[in-house]
Amino acid sequence: MTETLHQCWTAIREEAKARRNAFKEAAVPKIHIGMATCGIASGAMETKKAFEDALAEQNIEARIHTVGCAGHCYAEPVVVIDHPASGFPPIFYHQVTAGKAKMLTNLFLKEGDPRFEHVYGATEINELIPSVMEFPRFNQEKRIIMEKCGRIDPEDIHEYIAEGGYETLVKVLELPPEQVIAEIEKSGLRGRGGAGFPTGRKWALARRAHGENKIVICNADEGDPGAYMDRTILESNPHQILEGLMICAYTVGARKALIYVRAEYPLAVKLVTKAIEQAKELKLAGGNILGTGFDLDISVFQGSGAFVCGEETALIQSIEGQRGMPLHRPPYPVEKGLGGEPTVINNVKTLASVPPILEHGADWYRSIGTENSPGTAIFSVVGDVLHAGLVEIPMGVSLRTLIFDICGGVPNKKKFKAVQIGGPSGGCLPEHFLDTPIDFDSLTAAGAMMGSGGMVVMNEDACVVNVSRFFLDFTQKESCGKCTFCRIGTCHLLGILDRLTKGEGREGDIESLESLSEDIKDGSLCGLGKTAPNPVLTSIRYFRDEYEAHIREKKCPGKMCRPLTAFYIDLDKCARGCDACVGCCPVDAVFTTRNRKKGIDQALCVKCGECMVACPPQYDAVRKVSPPELAPVIERPATKESHP
Amino acid sequence: MMLNILIDDKKIEAEEGKNLLQACLDNGIYIPNLCHVKDMAHPQASCRLCFVEIEGEKKPVPSCSVTVREGMRVKTDTPSVRRLQRSAFHLLLSRHFIECKVCPANRKCELQKIAKFLKVGLKSNYPLLLPKAVLETGKQETDESHPIFNYYPNRCVLCGLCIHVCRTTHGIALLTFAKRGIDTVISFYGEEDVSRLPGDKCLACVNICPVSAITLKSLS
Ligand SMILES: Cc1cc2nc3c(=O)[nH]c(=O)nc-3n(C[C@H](O)[C@H](O)[C@H](O)COP(=O)(O)O)c2cc1C
Ligand code: SF4
Ligand code: SF4
Ligand code: FES
Repeated sequence: MTETLHQCWTAIREEAKARRNAFKEAAVPKIHIGMATCGIASGAMETKKAFEDALAEQNIEARIHTVGCAGHCYAEPVVVIDHPASGFPPIFYHQVTAGKAKMLTNLFLKEGDPRFEHVYGATEINELIPSVMEFPRFNQEKRIIMEKCGRIDPEDIHEYIAEGGYETLVKVLELPPEQVIAEIEKSGLRGRGGAGFPTGRKWALARRAHGENKIVICNADEGDPGAYMDRTILESNPHQILEGLMICAYTVGARKALIYVRAEYPLAVKLVTKAIEQAKELKLAGGNILGTGFDLDISVFQGSGAFVCGEETALIQSIEGQRGMPLHRPPYPVEKGLGGEPTVINNVKTLASVPPILEHGADWYRSIGTENSPGTAIFSVVGDVLHAGLVEIPMGVSLRTLIFDICGGVPNKKKFKAVQIGGPSGGCLPEHFLDTPIDFDSLTAAGAMMGSGGMVVMNEDACVVNVSRFFLDFTQKESCGKCTFCRIGTCHLLGILDRLTKGEGREGDIESLESLSEDIKDGSLCGLGKTAPNPVLTSIRYFRDEYEAHIREKKCPGKMCRPLTAFYIDLDKCARGCDACVGCCPVDAVFTTRNRKKGIDQALCVKCGECMVACPPQYDAVRKVSPPELAPVIERPATKESHP
Repeated sequence: MMLNILIDDKKIEAEEGKNLLQACLDNGIYIPNLCHVKDMAHPQASCRLCFVEIEGEKKPVPSCSVTVREGMRVKTDTPSVRRLQRSAFHLLLSRHFIECKVCPANRKCELQKIAKFLKVGLKSNYPLLLPKAVLETGKQETDESHPIFNYYPNRCVLCGLCIHVCRTTHGIALLTFAKRGIDTVISFYGEEDVSRLPGDKCLACVNICPVSAITLKSLS
């Protein structure tokens, strides 16, 4: 049996390596284009087309290699051009539009001029061009889960195999399952779906559970607004997830595996489905895997896209064709899950961590990250940061390092105000938490949560009350409606926050928010309700003065809540005769004063801020204030038009 | 096997495997509840009223989702239990249209019973979350789409008992939860299912509803 395994596997691996070498050694330039959803959204399709057309036009032979996403969202569309004949190392270009693609084909590919003004950096250290590896955004990351993302073509299983993929599965198929589980337990891997449950323990429970039809499920529901790392991994390297899922199935004794992907991720669904087919063709999945007698049926289930369906019991209900409503636990899915059978549910990132752990060993994994949170964390860092995108860092790195060093800090000379971690279940942390190490326990202690890994950085112009309102609006809409506290309680929280942002706050509102939040936390049935008040509780804890300002002074310190702000034009700065702001106002609120300067009719103004954008920087005459009474009153001169 | 448990100061016996809430109710110890019925395979645990404190556990737990254990010590009347119960109750009331005098549930309504037990009135501490039209006209909404039943969404406490009893009676539920969040309602399946309805021969859902949110059209 082992012999067939090795024969089969060697043939597959050699074939994959031969293909890769042929590609690498081909004496033509290679153009690697990031084509995950994020790249496509920034125009990668057009970029690809432009390269194709320009290559044909110039009669240049080159290979276009479509890859996934490496997480550099701020730089999309990303293209790496490897043009050995030019004498330059492979070069990373950012924001490669169709026009840039044409220009690079003509000048770099044809004439050998890499156009230094457009170069982001070389992908390797060399003597000609500074390398991206000298940038913190690249060298402070630690890639385990996303190691191959953005480097290989997700639609070609051979590329994954040539990079060492499926080697671990083959190794595992010859080991006793208990030994594999012991290694995962030893590694200290904790679930990346939010709660951080020890994965090895979950697998051990499932292995011990009785059931003829055990099932393993990869949870790729990812409904948190602003989090998209699971989608990116599915679109960039689906095979690493499949490999982890297969190892999980083998060790717990399951013969059926499901990948639960939300239907709103069409590209991810397509690529995972294709990955499964390719694995089956090579006999890496399906019946009698590599001749070992291990059968595993893997399929994709498309979820309907409700946030709550990511909760494991609701996810099971949804697969069973029921309304996605969480159930009381226990029993936990590992005892009694899909169809009453023991079911392991793991997050995408958890499963994708498994092959590297088993390849390099538990001790290696433990050497990365912290004692209680080994390994890496992936965050989607968005908001007021220079280099937004997906970042994979060792656990234990401080928030400061992540936000300021790796992601480049807050742009436009603005001050940092807060960071919201963990999406709607998470919390909002102020500046004095910047030295908090990022790991499961430290974040929870601070009142935030690892959650899904969404991270929103806010500058001084953000209003924490409004941000809480945004998240409560989300959770309130996504509540499944089953239990009293979450269904009705979150709606009352939202109602109070709504009033605060409109300047209708009252004494006692903060106390009501606090006490209702505590009740919802303690009283709700599932994690959605239990964590929904976190954004409110943390922002009150760390920014109470801002809540008070909204209530007592009708003032929004971030000047974000429209009813609490006003725009006015500083007459000392306004340039006589300048009309820049007049046309941009959608409601004709800008008028001309007697001495040919401008004023804003407060009764008409809708506070869109367009005039502030339109005012030429050398005048910079438009001011935004809160509370609105701070705006000086400037009378509109009576004219025939305005007073017919 | 019978297990001994202590509820407040009262010693009771309960059969192994039994649900704690049911054990209390069987022994004449009332704990507020709306979504529980005897012998439900998996408790819904959705109304969040049946909280108790169990020695050794940090926070109150819903008693309908706990299986009795030998020597268990339970408290039904602690400040944190009452706080959660009253809070849940007030939340339910903020979505409940009060019209006791003309309501068919008057005097047998579970909400009236719970209000009395918790020593609170029927006026919510929270602002009413009823649709604007209801607040303005003082008339509640009625879903009249079903040929035989009327459904009153502003009465319904979403205990789910109607769905449960329908499923256990007919093997398949002819009603379901619909919509999400605060808009969640009970809905009958569409036209094609009308033919399968047992008609006015089965009144299981009408009879089980604790607040008369489903009534027979012919009677209203
Ligand atoms: C409201 C809610 C939404 C959730 N959404 C997800 C999700 O999108 N993806 C995910 O992996 N886990 C999600 N979870 C956590 C799952 O219930 C479960 O704990 C997780 O999938 C287990 O995998 P892990 O052990 O690998 O973390 C969610 C939980 C709650 C309460
Ligand atoms: S906490 Fe919210 S999402 Fe969870 S069961 Fe209750 S109503 Fe549904
Ligand atoms: S209609 Fe009655 S039984 Fe059905 S969920 Fe509403 S309150 Fe409960
Ligand atoms: S009876 Fe226990 S939660 Fe409803």
